[in-house]
Amino acid sequence: MLARFSMFARLQKLANPSVFMRVSAAVLPWVAALAALLLVYGVHLAFFASPPDYQQGETVRIMYIHVPFAWLSLMVYALIAASSFGFLVFRHPLADVSAKAAAPLGAAFTAIALITGSLWGKPMWGTYWVWDARLTSVLMLFFLYLGLIALRSSLEDEALAAKLTAVLALLGVALLPVIKFSVEWWNTLHQPSTGFTATVHPSFRAPLLVMAAGFTVLFVAFHLKAMQNEILRRKVKSALLAEAARSEPSGFHLPAE
Amino acid sequence: MDLGPYAAYIVASYGVAALVLLGAAGWLYLGGRRLARELAEIERRGARSGNGADLHEREN
Repeated sequence: MLARFSMFARLQKLANPSVFMRVSAAVLPWVAALAALLLVYGVHLAFFASPPDYQQGETVRIMYIHVPFAWLSLMVYALIAASSFGFLVFRHPLADVSAKAAAPLGAAFTAIALITGSLWGKPMWGTYWVWDARLTSVLMLFFLYLGLIALRSSLEDEALAAKLTAVLALLGVALLPVIKFSVEWWNTLHQPSTGFTATVHPSFRAPLLVMAAGFTVLFVAFHLKAMQNEILRRKVKSALLAEAARSEPSGFHLPAE
Repeated sequence: MDLGPYAAYIVASYGVAALVLLGAAGWLYLGGRRLARELAEIERRGARSGNGADLHEREN
């Protein structure tokens, strides 16, 4: 019980931006190095240690890029929603920083999933795009990411922007189960989900899981760096405001003799 | 390595992903450097002109 309390206390300490900056600066190079190692190994497995598929041929290798980014597009949004909840309900100091930092990364990852999906779809389905449930709902997720970024940028009042963006993020969570179960609820061209326990042969599952792990760790590295940048940006803004306040002439004037 | 008749699609997929990820990494790294420089410059200006307490002492 005491051990759990002290671990919670340690995590609470991380909520302090200065502590976060110090810890993340120490951890970031290791996280980036781990991501690089996993991705190098994953690409090796994807191209040199896994066979072509009996139906898809060599194009199955697109799966090792497309599926991890599809997973990440959902995972990053879930992180934004959790951060938004932490910000609105618990007023966690770093929660809004986390949500803001993750949005552009989530948008980029969703774009990669959509583009690689289209490039996979052309040889497989004969078309780059169909308006089926899975593709359409992921496109809506991409627009939602853009909406979060746009809403945040459009408001001068950063505190108000943070609250409104957090509310939008929480409302958007409803899209995640729709995306996840779209291939089961509707007749879709998109194949059923590729899961960890699905009937995927080990020769395909190993590169897929290694690449997924590599891209996930890469996201962690990007997210830590983006949070550091956001904290710096806020420090710069506060410092500029303090500087402007110091240089304002005093309102007190001595009466003329 | 022979990637079959759809090699262009495979290469394009990995190429797009690499481009976006390298772009994101560059944006984050360069953005961080710019912000750190800005903050250092502001702090240097603040140290040179003195803080508010020093200004009040000089006026008195």
